[in-house]
Amino acid sequence: MENRNPLLRGNIQPMQNHDFMYQVIWHGRGGQGVVVASQILAESAYLQGFKGVTSAPTFGPERRGAPVTASTKISTAPIRTFAQIDHADCAVVLDPTLIKSVDIWVTLKEGGMVIMNAPVAEDYETAANPGLKVAVIDAAGIALKHHLMREGAPIVNTPLLGAFARATGLVTMEYLEMGLKWKLSGTVAETNIAALRAAYAETRLLF
Amino acid sequence: MTDNCQILTGNQAAAIGVKLSGVQVVSAYPITPQTSLTETLSQYIEGGELEAEYVRVESEHSAMTVCIAASTVGARVFTSTSSHGLLYMHEQLHWAAGSRLPVVMCCVNRGVGAPWSIFNDQQDSIAQRDTGWIQIYCRDNQEIIDTVIQAYRIAEAVYAPVMVCYDGFVLSHTTMPVEVPDEEAVRAFLPPYKPHTILDPHDPRNINPVIFPWRRMDAEGCLRDGYMELRYKLQKALEEAKPVIADVSRAYGRIFGRDHGGFLWQYRLDDADVILAGMGSIATEATMATDMLRKEGIKAGVLGIRLYRPFPREEIREAIGNIKAKALLIFEKDISYGYEGALCSDVKAALYGSAVQPPIHDFICGLGGRDVKASEIADGVKASLNTVDEGDSRPQTIWLNCRKG
Repeated sequence: MENRNPLLRGNIQPMQNHDFMYQVIWHGRGGQGVVVASQILAESAYLQGFKGVTSAPTFGPERRGAPVTASTKISTAPIRTFAQIDHADCAVVLDPTLIKSVDIWVTLKEGGMVIMNAPVAEDYETAANPGLKVAVIDAAGIALKHHLMREGAPIVNTPLLGAFARATGLVTMEYLEMGLKWKLSGTVAETNIAALRAAYAETRLLF
Repeated sequence: MTDNCQILTGNQAAAIGVKLSGVQVVSAYPITPQTSLTETLSQYIEGGELEAEYVRVESEHSAMTVCIAASTVGARVFTSTSSHGLLYMHEQLHWAAGSRLPVVMCCVNRGVGAPWSIFNDQQDSIAQRDTGWIQIYCRDNQEIIDTVIQAYRIAEAVYAPVMVCYDGFVLSHTTMPVEVPDEEAVRAFLPPYKPHTILDPHDPRNINPVIFPWRRMDAEGCLRDGYMELRYKLQKALEEAKPVIADVSRAYGRIFGRDHGGFLWQYRLDDADVILAGMGSIATEATMATDMLRKEGIKAGVLGIRLYRPFPREEIREAIGNIKAKALLIFEKDISYGYEGALCSDVKAALYGSAVQPPIHDFICGLGGRDVKASEIADGVKASLNTVDEGDSRPQTIWLNCRKG
């Protein structure tokens, strides 16, 4: 039988009890870099040793300025599901005005984590999802300070990766910096890493 | 991690596979969700990373025509498309296969209008089933890069074109870890293409002229094949492609450490009471459903079908015959309107006369990008097992996660 072939990829190991998967949804607007942030997170997690990582954009057409999402799955075992995320462990919100038009809270697990790019913290906890853990970072402010700009707008996706490391502890700064260097080159990587570190330090945990 | 592991989308994986295969001519027309594959290849060629000619065309019909022409003069060629692009190419698909040219293409699977859909299902490539192309369906991005490389070795060994199919967006736009094979090792596995005949201006020939129903003498008085003999040879080539495909899969495994199973692959199937069968990413999702069901004490297993044409009839009979499951459930992203899913019909036909004939339910799912979750597959399995346990063994076609009425 085929199964005696040790090279055969059909012989996948079932997930063990200690295996887990962490799911992140990135909420932003077309052009803000949700896809790139999601990809860097997946790559960094892989570099850190997670065997399964996937990053997917919103399936379909992309429109600048319109609400878009990307999703990252991080797992201790190779990932065998490409279905869209029902309820994420963590939502990262690149544009705080999105909470008026997108029901971000229902995309989260009960007691999930939300990481907001906002200059000041508001009361984000809603009846729709009690017990949310909230972390706030002024990602736009940090981007401006580090001259991290594109087409006249601050680049907030990299600082939010720093906030992710601080708030969740799942993927560490060491590997996020490595992931940024993998994706970006030279001085661009340096600027992004500086913003990443500032964001890590300045993230406020409201839980 | 190993040095050569990258986190890639399906389209990036395919593009690297094409580059590693030393393709000489690329001709393609952009269509979602295939576009980023074509874009990446044009960047490789423009940047000198891939020494090939990129022929820009005004349509997919012309893209395949360019591939046919370039292959006829001895080049290793590639194109890729999706959905309406593939349908527009349909006529030339027959010409490529009829001319017995080793063209390789990627079909990034997408639904077909009307109404418009840019999202994933497999109606596009299934609709090309009878064009004489070998069709292989990939379950993840690792399989895409490996299959593109294998496709050239298969195509050039049997002189038949190969379509590498993978799910649009679900794989084409999702990044995941992919081991990128070593360039030198790929060169050794896949030496440059040496065609048996090359069209040459110094040795002019008339290719594919009108052919008559009967056999006829050529100018030298030699009795030549009629149309039907040539059709028989194409059919025979695809039948004889099976051992080649199996050998290529094993040889690739020996060199690169990954054997995707040739025709079929399986997951927890040996002791399964219920078989979940499918092609592409939905079969991967079914492995998750299998884990869920086994936790609940239901012994499920997956039969992944990688090769759709030529169809692995004997191997499917053997795989299903060995298990004696109480139900066989097909999950597929296509429908032959007025009957059932095309894969289901083929599996049923393969089991004709077999001693083991489990009740078969056909799940039509994920059409036009409708999300298919492992939990939904598992729920479908449980409902089907209830029906079978109640003594109803009639065939059924079930539309998963679809509001009816």
